[in-house]
Amino acid sequence: MRLPRSTLFGIGAAVVATVVIAVLPLFLSDYHRSTGATVGVFFTAILALNIVTGYSGQISIGHGAFMALGGYTTAILTHDHSWNDIATLPIAALIGLAAGLVVGLPALRLHGVYLALTTFAVALAVPQIAKNYSGFTGGTEGLALPTHSGLWLYRTSWLVAGIAFVFAWLLLRGRTGRAFRAVRDSEIAAASSGVGLAVYKTLAFGISAALAAVAGSVYVLVNNFVNPDVFGLTLSLYILIGAVVGGLGSLWGVLVGACFVELLPIGLTTSHVSSSQLVPVVFGAVVIAVMAVVPLGAADVLRAALQFGSRTSESVERPLGTTEG
Amino acid sequence: MGSLLALHDVDARYGQVQALRSLSLTVDEREIVAILGANGAGKTTTLRAISNTVTRTGSLEFAGRSLARRGPEATARLGITHVPEGRGTFAELTVWENLRLGAYVRRGSLKADFARVLEYFPWLDGRRSQQAGTLSGGEQQMLALARAVMRRPRLLLLDEPSLGLAPLIVGEVFRIVRELNEREGVSVLLVEQDARTSLATASRAYVLEVGRVAFEGPSEELASRETLRRSYLGY
Amino acid sequence: MAAVSFTRGRAWSIPSVWIVWAVIAGGCLFLVIGSIESSLFLQQTISGLANGGIYAGLAVALVLIYRATEVINFAQGAIATFTTYVAWQLIAWGLSYWVAFACTLGVAFLGGFALELGAIRPVERRGSQLTVVIASIGLLILIEGAIGRIWGNQVKFMPAPFPARIYHVGGAAFSLQDLGTIGVSIASVVVLWLFFQFTKLGLAMRAAAVRPHAARLVGIRVSWMLSLGWGLAAALGAVAGMLAASSPSVLLQPSMMDGILIYAFAAAVIGGLESAAGAVIGALAIGVTLNLLGSYVSWITPPLLLPAAFVLMLIVLLVKPSGLFGRTRTRRV
Repeated sequence: MRLPRSTLFGIGAAVVATVVIAVLPLFLSDYHRSTGATVGVFFTAILALNIVTGYSGQISIGHGAFMALGGYTTAILTHDHSWNDIATLPIAALIGLAAGLVVGLPALRLHGVYLALTTFAVALAVPQIAKNYSGFTGGTEGLALPTHSGLWLYRTSWLVAGIAFVFAWLLLRGRTGRAFRAVRDSEIAAASSGVGLAVYKTLAFGISAALAAVAGSVYVLVNNFVNPDVFGLTLSLYILIGAVVGGLGSLWGVLVGACFVELLPIGLTTSHVSSSQLVPVVFGAVVIAVMAVVPLGAADVLRAALQFGSRTSESVERPLGTTEG
Repeated sequence: MGSLLALHDVDARYGQVQALRSLSLTVDEREIVAILGANGAGKTTTLRAISNTVTRTGSLEFAGRSLARRGPEATARLGITHVPEGRGTFAELTVWENLRLGAYVRRGSLKADFARVLEYFPWLDGRRSQQAGTLSGGEQQMLALARAVMRRPRLLLLDEPSLGLAPLIVGEVFRIVRELNEREGVSVLLVEQDARTSLATASRAYVLEVGRVAFEGPSEELASRETLRRSYLGY
Repeated sequence: MAAVSFTRGRAWSIPSVWIVWAVIAGGCLFLVIGSIESSLFLQQTISGLANGGIYAGLAVALVLIYRATEVINFAQGAIATFTTYVAWQLIAWGLSYWVAFACTLGVAFLGGFALELGAIRPVERRGSQLTVVIASIGLLILIEGAIGRIWGNQVKFMPAPFPARIYHVGGAAFSLQDLGTIGVSIASVVVLWLFFQFTKLGLAMRAAAVRPHAARLVGIRVSWMLSLGWGLAAALGAVAGMLAASSPSVLLQPSMMDGILIYAFAAAVIGGLESAAGAVIGALAIGVTLNLLGSYVSWITPPLLLPAAFVLMLIVLLVKPSGLFGRTRTRRV
């Protein structure tokens, strides 16, 4: 059985990427390793957003809230109750899942931009609540967490990212994934072909929130600190930017998006641009430029490159079950 | 060449689908010309090609000036009023606002124009603040023509004015089209399914088939010669 | 554009719009009665209205752009902040407040126009609404960075346009600042409304927003209308920004409008994103409700105000998923 070219390419690329990611820390300083860990966090977060927005078509800009849930879970458990860090991750995932399902239900009633803005408001409201109940959460002063080496953080973060990726890949190529895509492409058609709309939409939210929560947990470990501002406006915006720049509906785009959103600002900060205080100006300008030139994100460029290579009928249809979904 | 409107070798496409192939037609001053043909023959596309609301290539000239690079706004400013399917009504706005918009490119006071409109459509007087979307189909068609009266274009493109209208109203509509042509000197290019009424109104007709001109000639010829009528118009 | 259907009165016998107005009337009645009963209530209502007025300016700006393009402009607040800094600068250079105010409106208009032309149009050409939204987020980051670069990140002091006078009526005290804010906010929205209802250009802009295709056929340059819309939105935002900066609880800093933008989003959503009147009502409602909650409900501390606004938004949306005056859109299969 000959696999379509894009699947072969996908598997090959996955192998290469895994090797590169595994080997990279050997060449990096400790500080850069923790930067790499942050990229991993964004990877998982953007992946989470993609499941709900790119794949099931429900626009949510609120994943900062789920990250906050996970992050605070980890922080409180390790800080107040001396849990082992890694052990908190599954708990965070469960809490995220529960929260996602809870959010997913009223979300069924909202559509499009109303849903987007509501989730956005959630993302901003949650940190404020955290600020308020400071006895529990440490308030604006926050909670400190035990530190780890850059290498440990990098490996943990990318291990989590890898597990998330595989999970998402398996999910999206199966029946659930097809149901998600059906919902995204046409709710009415999906409903009339028997897809249990409410179930799948809520499920998408739940899974997505679980992943975001775990990402939040790792984020908190990487920073070894948490306070409400960590999960504020900026974070939710950056995750959204990363998702769109990478390309919605593409698992590969997630990697590009995560690198863009974490590495570009850092790169600018360490270059001479930062001395003239123009880092946000340049970053903002680049985002606008990227949207003008590559509106469908990096994944679109990738797709075009793949199709350019093969002129057979494969380039016309997109096989289900490839990593691009 | 002397024609008001001259299309020569025009191609038009929707994405990959070609809708017009080497289409050529002319409309002279003060003429009423009909475009007839089956569904999908390219009649509506022809009008869209003129107002540049579809991708097209070829030579399109209006009053000696090329329409090639002009967008729909510029085409409107030149004096071409395109009344599309759906009549181009601003449903959310009032009747009066629709009329004002009809005369958008004109400067100066619209009082005289509004008086003229009321001569043609006296029933509009009490309806100024009615929301245009709540008018009946026939009334909306009249409103579209009223907008043209406000505008006094040199060329009026009408896309299926009889669509969805009762025969009595259709008669009214065509009567007004003739009046516009005779009294205001407006040239008309008319796309229609209703061949009979069109041939009674227009002096010349083109019959399109799959994006090409299959027949062109005076209306009487098309109406009177049974062989032509049968093969092109099906009756 | 998606087809829009008017659903005044669906399966219910009473049109839903009437119910909405009834609820609003009920709310107003509540405020009036409360104000008569208690001077504290009246004071808090007035200052709530003042806050609401500021949110309203920004909310209407959002609606303006959304109506024409179905895009939420995330940079609206940052643009307002930038123009407020311009006003600050003009005053620092010696101009009197109201002269600076007027000049700033002009600068804001031109700036908004230019932004649409330079930053948004290139994106709009090939992108979807989401792409433009992301571009607006990029713009937000860019503008706040630019403010920091030009003026630094320290808090600046913005003089107040109204002398610090307090009026006492009955047992209640009103600051001239609050009354003036309400007045200017309402005036700016009314002026805009007059422009849209009674001028040829305003009509053209409305037509372009509602039926761009038909508008083109009538000779309207729809893309210019869009740029004009951005200019007007920026000017309206400038008013909101300048009023905000003068109010005692807001500091002039690059992130000044971040929080207010969120309230403006909530107000616009509550009102139904296509309705400017709805946005104003939503904004005033948020302003007053939050103020009253903050004074009368002891466990609602300042950090909880934002979540409270969110709860309000959620309640409205669960009952009316497209906002109070939003039009439910027919969805294409």
